[in-house]
Amino acid sequence: MTVRPVLLEAKDLSVSYGKVEALHKVGLTIREGEIVTVIGPNGAGKTTLLSCLMGLLPGRGEVVYAGRALGGDVEVEERVGLGLTLVPEKRELFADMSVGDNLLLGAFDRHRRGDGGIRETLAEVYDIFPRLRERAEQTAGTLSGGERQMLAMGRALMAKPKLLMLDEPSLGLAPLIIREIFRTVSRLRGMGVSVLLVEQNARAALQVADYGYVLETGEISLAGPGAELASDPRVVEAYLGLGGKR
Amino acid sequence: MDFQIALLLGQDGLTNGAIYALLALALVLVFAVTRVIFIPQGEFVAYGALTLATLQAGKLPATLWLVVVLGAAVAAIDGARALRHGSARRLPRILALNLAAPLALWLLLAGVDPAGLPLAAQVLLALAIVVPLGPMIYRLAYQPIAEAPVLILLIVSIAVHLVLTGLGLLFFGAEGTRTPAFTEGALDLGFTSLQYQTLWILLISAALIVGLYAFFGRSIYGKALRATALNRTGARLMGISTTLAGKLSFTLAALIGAFSGVLISPITTLYYDSGFLIGLKGFVGAIIGGLVSYPVAAAGALLVGFLEAYSSFWASAYKEVIVFTLIIPVLLWRSLGARHTEEEE
Ligand SMILES: Nc1ncnc2c1ncn2[C@@H]1O[C@H](COP(=O)(O)OP(=O)(O)OP(=O)(O)O)[C@@H](O)[C@H]1O
Ligand SMILES: [Mg+2]
Repeated sequence: MTVRPVLLEAKDLSVSYGKVEALHKVGLTIREGEIVTVIGPNGAGKTTLLSCLMGLLPGRGEVVYAGRALGGDVEVEERVGLGLTLVPEKRELFADMSVGDNLLLGAFDRHRRGDGGIRETLAEVYDIFPRLRERAEQTAGTLSGGERQMLAMGRALMAKPKLLMLDEPSLGLAPLIIREIFRTVSRLRGMGVSVLLVEQNARAALQVADYGYVLETGEISLAGPGAELASDPRVVEAYLGLGGKR
Repeated sequence: MDFQIALLLGQDGLTNGAIYALLALALVLVFAVTRVIFIPQGEFVAYGALTLATLQAGKLPATLWLVVVLGAAVAAIDGARALRHGSARRLPRILALNLAAPLALWLLLAGVDPAGLPLAAQVLLALAIVVPLGPMIYRLAYQPIAEAPVLILLIVSIAVHLVLTGLGLLFFGAEGTRTPAFTEGALDLGFTSLQYQTLWILLISAALIVGLYAFFGRSIYGKALRATALNRTGARLMGISTTLAGKLSFTLAALIGAFSGVLISPITTLYYDSGFLIGLKGFVGAIIGGLVSYPVAAAGALLVGFLEAYSSFWASAYKEVIVFTLIIPVLLWRSLGARHTEEEE
């Protein structure tokens, strides 16, 4: 197997909330078309890591994306234009707007750059989540929890990202839909999209991931190919459990 | 009061109410998107009208200098920022919008006698001078503190209002002006007569309101503004920059303000400081809508217009008092309503 080119590389990334350091010298590499997962207990700093990579939080250290340094001066909006998209933990949907408008706004940056083909992307998203097509006119705030997750994911796909960052996409979903979400994630890999996946559902995440990191109290404690991590006794004990508690 | 007078007052109320409604919509828009309570809205009304009057007198309006100076300041700040961050490709756009465009306007005005131009061209020129002040003021006064609490933004608004009023006195003097009507004369309806300018005001206000409705409902930029108002973080994650949304909403507010001034200056004498009271009446309408609801704000503003017209007949000396007293029951009712919703949650 040939080694794919690096899309994003973070070195010694630290983030603090006031005096409290939530991330300490984290290093992370994501290659093109690769699924990378970050697992770890509550409060480990996973959301903090994604927020910092997206430019929502200032951090210290070095982030290089597609050969370009992403410093504090590169605002969120600009990162979106570079092909980074985040589905945040809180989803941040436009509650009073219709599902269709939410999806359309996912492609706002493409629209501004005069990118055609937004209609085609919309059709693709509706094919992945037919439920959203049925609910296109409904306001986002009235969707069920699961539908909201689908909308958040669909809205992110509308941006046609190069690197899609997902913060617990399976949170609170029924097993069937979780499978659908993970299937979508693996399909993205086939389309050359890189995915950075943060998950509580460590088993499923390690199954689809090419590479995984374990984040504990702000530091990377373990890293390795997904399959290797899944069989690592420390991971099995802490995150997979014998009977699959998680 | 007989039927004739009631009709005339109703006409007054409707025309003023339409203008207040436009201003109320602009205030709601600016507040929803940027959380700025846009006190200087009224100055745009005065600047629009007085700039037009100056052009019609065949002189160069001093607002032209203001737009050149503010544009240069914006170009310097944004240009330096772009260079520092190594994004020189943004430079041409920054310079074209903030430096070249105002200078081109100046050259154009230096070359022609504005008094000889048709009214429509004069109106367009006046708008071209006054409207860019909106986004420039946003850039200079509000953007650096965009994340500040509402109270701080309000204090800045008051400062901007005072500065603009002072500059208004300097630019236009203490004299009031009226501009000629778009169409002179009145339409005789038999039982009453309707000035053509009143018709213009009603038609154009209605068209502007419909236009705004379509803009927010259909265009992607309108939707992007609504998205920013609903969820700032969500909007940023879609690549909708808070700065862009702020500038866009200030541009719309400036356009609405200046256009309102142009519309009413044939029926009201406007002074450099007249804008404040007019803006405040729009504000009362906006408050009735809780600064969030566009239709209620517009209806509230119409109510203010009628209340003002009829109270000027019965208690002319107290008409402003009556209009602004309206805000007390509204606030009471609003605060009671607010408590209920909090309990529900
Ligand atoms: N805005 C904030 N201010 C102060 N501390 C914060 C803030 N946000 C997060 N933290 C703290 O930083 C640490 C990491 O939080 P983070 O949300 O990144 O964890 P997480 O790994 O995503 O957890 P979870 O699995 O529960 O989502 C936690 O201890 C949290 O309390
Ligand atoms: Mg989290």
